[in-house]
Amino acid sequence: MAGHAEDFDIIIAKNVNKWYGEFHALKNVSLDVKRREVVVVIGPSGSGKSTFIRTINRLEEHQSGEIVVDGIPLTHDVRNIEAIRMETGMVFQQFNLFPHLTVIQNITLAPINVRKMKKREAEERAMQLLERVGIPEQAQKYPGQLSGGQQQRVAIARALAMQPKIMLFDEPTSALDPEMIREVLEVMEELAESGMTMVVVTHEMGFARGVADRIVFMDAGEIVEIGTPEHFFTTPQHDRTKLFLEQILK
Amino acid sequence: MATDVHSPSWVNTNHPAPPQRPPASEVGVLGWLRTNLFIDIGNSILTIVTLIVLYYIVTNLVQWAIGAYWTPIWVNRKIFAVGLYPTAQLWQPALVLLMVSALFGVSAGQWGSMIRGLGFGLGVLLLALALIPIGLEAQLVMAGSLALLVVGYFIGARLPIPNKLLSIAWILSLPATLILLLGGLNFPAWGISWTFAPLVDTNLWGGLMLTMLLAVVGIALSFPIGVLLALGRRGNLPVIKYFCVGYIELIRGVPLITLLFMGMTMLPLFLPSNWGNPSQLVRAVTAITFFSAAYLAENVRGGLQAIPKGQYEAAEALGLGSFDKLRFIILPQALTKVIPAIVGQFIGLFKDTSLVSLVGLLELVAVGKAVIQQPEWLGVPGGVAKEVYVFVAFVFFIFSYGMSFVSRKLENKLGFGKR
Repeated sequence: MAGHAEDFDIIIAKNVNKWYGEFHALKNVSLDVKRREVVVVIGPSGSGKSTFIRTINRLEEHQSGEIVVDGIPLTHDVRNIEAIRMETGMVFQQFNLFPHLTVIQNITLAPINVRKMKKREAEERAMQLLERVGIPEQAQKYPGQLSGGQQQRVAIARALAMQPKIMLFDEPTSALDPEMIREVLEVMEELAESGMTMVVVTHEMGFARGVADRIVFMDAGEIVEIGTPEHFFTTPQHDRTKLFLEQILK
Repeated sequence: MATDVHSPSWVNTNHPAPPQRPPASEVGVLGWLRTNLFIDIGNSILTIVTLIVLYYIVTNLVQWAIGAYWTPIWVNRKIFAVGLYPTAQLWQPALVLLMVSALFGVSAGQWGSMIRGLGFGLGVLLLALALIPIGLEAQLVMAGSLALLVVGYFIGARLPIPNKLLSIAWILSLPATLILLLGGLNFPAWGISWTFAPLVDTNLWGGLMLTMLLAVVGIALSFPIGVLLALGRRGNLPVIKYFCVGYIELIRGVPLITLLFMGMTMLPLFLPSNWGNPSQLVRAVTAITFFSAAYLAENVRGGLQAIPKGQYEAAEALGLGSFDKLRFIILPQALTKVIPAIVGQFIGLFKDTSLVSLVGLLELVAVGKAVIQQPEWLGVPGGVAKEVYVFVAFVFFIFSYGMSFVSRKLENKLGFGKR
């Protein structure tokens, strides 16, 4: 996988389809994400945006179409799935920290057991990451003792500890009190500046406008429109996009 | 400062306000009496009637207890404790008690919470037995155990003993107990015969010791089986899943006594013939283990179901394989959640072991029955059955209530800190 050009497509999704029983949740979704690119996915609830990013690391299985992550095709082969999961970090709406482990244990668990890193080294790296997300003093606490914003920052540090090439964010600020959204977005902005490839599902239009390289608008399981923030917020093309933007920017 | 409700805008310059005490009628003894016992006329009548009935029952019980004939229990205290275990070899169960006390002490110091509660209960019991003149040697053993418990506690609290080491010690303590009580190892079928004392036939084990042993061995052996059954039942492999469901429902649909009788009669059919005849104790333990495993599986399944889907997803997204996911994320949380249920099950099993008296093992209830029939008490008017059964019930109660008390405290505690 080494030696690819800078603009190599690190995520390739081609005609991805997914059904929940009879319900057609993703309809021929195709999207390529370049290395170091930040793609923000927006759309009304139920539009399939969360489902789509969850197919990228196989938390949801797609039934037809093709997904290739960092050159690894996403098939039923467990080794491929695990290889892809090692390359992609994910941050969830509900944080999903492990409540029975301390913050530092949450962060070092996967590096020690999946990457086979030495405990000392994993802990040192974890502390650096906690510095980076601004809460090194919380290392020995349990998740239940932290605020929502702090928990989400730990979740970001936990994902980064695996040294992923791609970070997936599934509505990372939707479960947060308004006072805490800012601190999480700042971490994400810093991450984007550092050159991380990011796919972000969010309702934070300020973040989309300020940080995204491209914005993807989804509705009813389909990609409706893709464009730069400039294009999106000034000259949206599709009527559905215009309606959505009107309603949320009102 | 009162809110100015008429003004269109108002700022609370007093924020944050200091908290104030609740009104006197809500707190204190009088407040409690009022809200709980005498809230209205009906409630007051109920309270008074209940108090009268309670008074009547308690005074009668106390009167009976003072006049009752407790000598048979005092005389047979050794049999109630260990059954027919040879008196000359009582140092072997004594060593077990010393070992378990030391382990409890160190674990209580290291782990705290529930083990500390149980260790405290054990300490109180040992202290009481050391002070009652049950016999100098026995008292010395109790005092020694108490000393080990206390010393172990301080060692466990001060020294950083690895959790793994302590867990392994606990796991090894079970076979060690059995070997100590037996006086060695004896498997003629495999050519193993090693003894450090005359072998003590398991049919001689009895009393509270046997009751405890059956419950502990039953839970310990059924634990891994129960966890596997629960995982199998929750898994995606149909054959394994239906086997587990079938096993669990079959066992849960049958009374323990039936399983005990089946174990007594049918177990030899399933064992290689050169293993010889398994002892009655082995047959009973097998039945109890299979019985307990089915219930444990259901308890563990409850814990597994309580783990949110997000925990699985987070573990998967980090690249953990299925085994690591279970080991590090799912099982620790699921098992912690079901500790109170497992303790409850243990208490149930502790009491259910009294059924083995029906298949010829001399546990606490069987000892009681035997004592009642002793010829010495034939002349006692009304017999000694009341005294003996009250005593046996009291022993069961002390242990069961002690454990459920500790478990309830733990349940309250689990709600905090790690939320």
